[in-house]
Amino acid sequence: MVESLMTVHTIDKETIYSYLGEINDPEVPVLSITELGIVRDVKMNDEELEVIITPTYTGCPAMDMIAATIRIQLATLGFKKIKITQVLSPAWTTEWMSEEGKRKLREYGIAPPNPKQQFCDQKLFAAAEAVQCPHCNSYHTHRISEFGSTACKALYQCDDCKEPFDYFKCH
Amino acid sequence: MKQVLIDYTLHLADNSLILGQRNAEWCGHGPVLEQDIAITNISLDLVGQARNFYQYAATLIGNDATEDSLAYLRNEGEFKNCLLVEQPKGDWAQTILRQFFFSQYQYLIFQQMQNSKDKQLAAIAEKSLKEVTYHRRWSSEWVIRLGDGTDENHQRIIKAIDELWRFTGELFEPASYELQIANDGIGIDVSKLKEPWLNKVKEIFSEATLTVPEKTLMQTGGKDGKHTEHLGNIFTELQYMQKTYPGCEW
Repeated sequence: MVESLMTVHTIDKETIYSYLGEINDPEVPVLSITELGIVRDVKMNDEELEVIITPTYTGCPAMDMIAATIRIQLATLGFKKIKITQVLSPAWTTEWMSEEGKRKLREYGIAPPNPKQQFCDQKLFAAAEAVQCPHCNSYHTHRISEFGSTACKALYQCDDCKEPFDYFKCH
Repeated sequence: MKQVLIDYTLHLADNSLILGQRNAEWCGHGPVLEQDIAITNISLDLVGQARNFYQYAATLIGNDATEDSLAYLRNEGEFKNCLLVEQPKGDWAQTILRQFFFSQYQYLIFQQMQNSKDKQLAAIAEKSLKEVTYHRRWSSEWVIRLGDGTDENHQRIIKAIDELWRFTGELFEPASYELQIANDGIGIDVSKLKEPWLNKVKEIFSEATLTVPEKTLMQTGGKDGKHTEHLGNIFTELQYMQKTYPGCEW
């Protein structure tokens, strides 16, 4: 058996992040877990590699699968002791999504989250946020439902091209 | 001390799990597709909260306790949820009203719990508050829509108020573990939440052309494990698999 060269002593954080960047979110498969902001930190303690992740939404069913995939990815690269820690605080926010991630979302047909300052006017029956249609780029859209196909999305429809689309809602 | 924290954490977990399970009964039966998805999204958030609380309770209990054993293997007398959350889903008006009462309550609890001396409870509260903010707005809008809607909408939500109001007193009547944990700066003194909660309910009710009932005899006991018969009915579904095939996995 060939002893792996991948140990926590011979590798830097950036490289680990690039490996983790190859893992995609199972529910939004165009985004990697680093672009989504799920990976919060990587620590190298003695022989152990610790990856700290946070869920997007409390009930996100993808978290167990993401943790398992990280474990497999790192084990395949030769890491022996891997620890995955899930933290809740600070709570995940769409502000952590990278610009590259937002661009990929739009190309995939999901409207990316608006900047947080626009985040949900909490007044009842407040007008929905202006969301740009990912298909024809029109801002002439309306919200069909605040809750969509997954916990992180709302359902919109474009009034110009008439296409319905998912909006990754601000959080 | 530790037992009190365990009891309190289980109380929070049980509230979220049982309401999540109740709301999930709408899956595939919602009045329209978008609202079916909304109520089941709320279910998912609640079950997510419950998991976080159960996982924490399991680490406090130690031994072989897991989030699954706490959710699936405890009996009615051990569940500490409020009576409100275990009531049948009823019609859409009843489900909406219950969600409204509970989301307003949870919002106040989590808002304060973010500053708990217990770091894990504070983290769960901080995370959950974002989602409860959505639940609170959604259910408030629906209460107004029904109360200020057609005659039938209005009659149905009045019937829901008659049915559910008597379970709201328990929310603000602390169990012994709640009192102790509040004194320790970890939990919330729920008796102090009654006024802000009632003010919010009155505000929404007035917009919905509804009135808050006069003095009502309140039903209590759930927090101490004394439940209505409805909790047992929930368990026949929720716990069936684990009790029939212990330890079974997907």
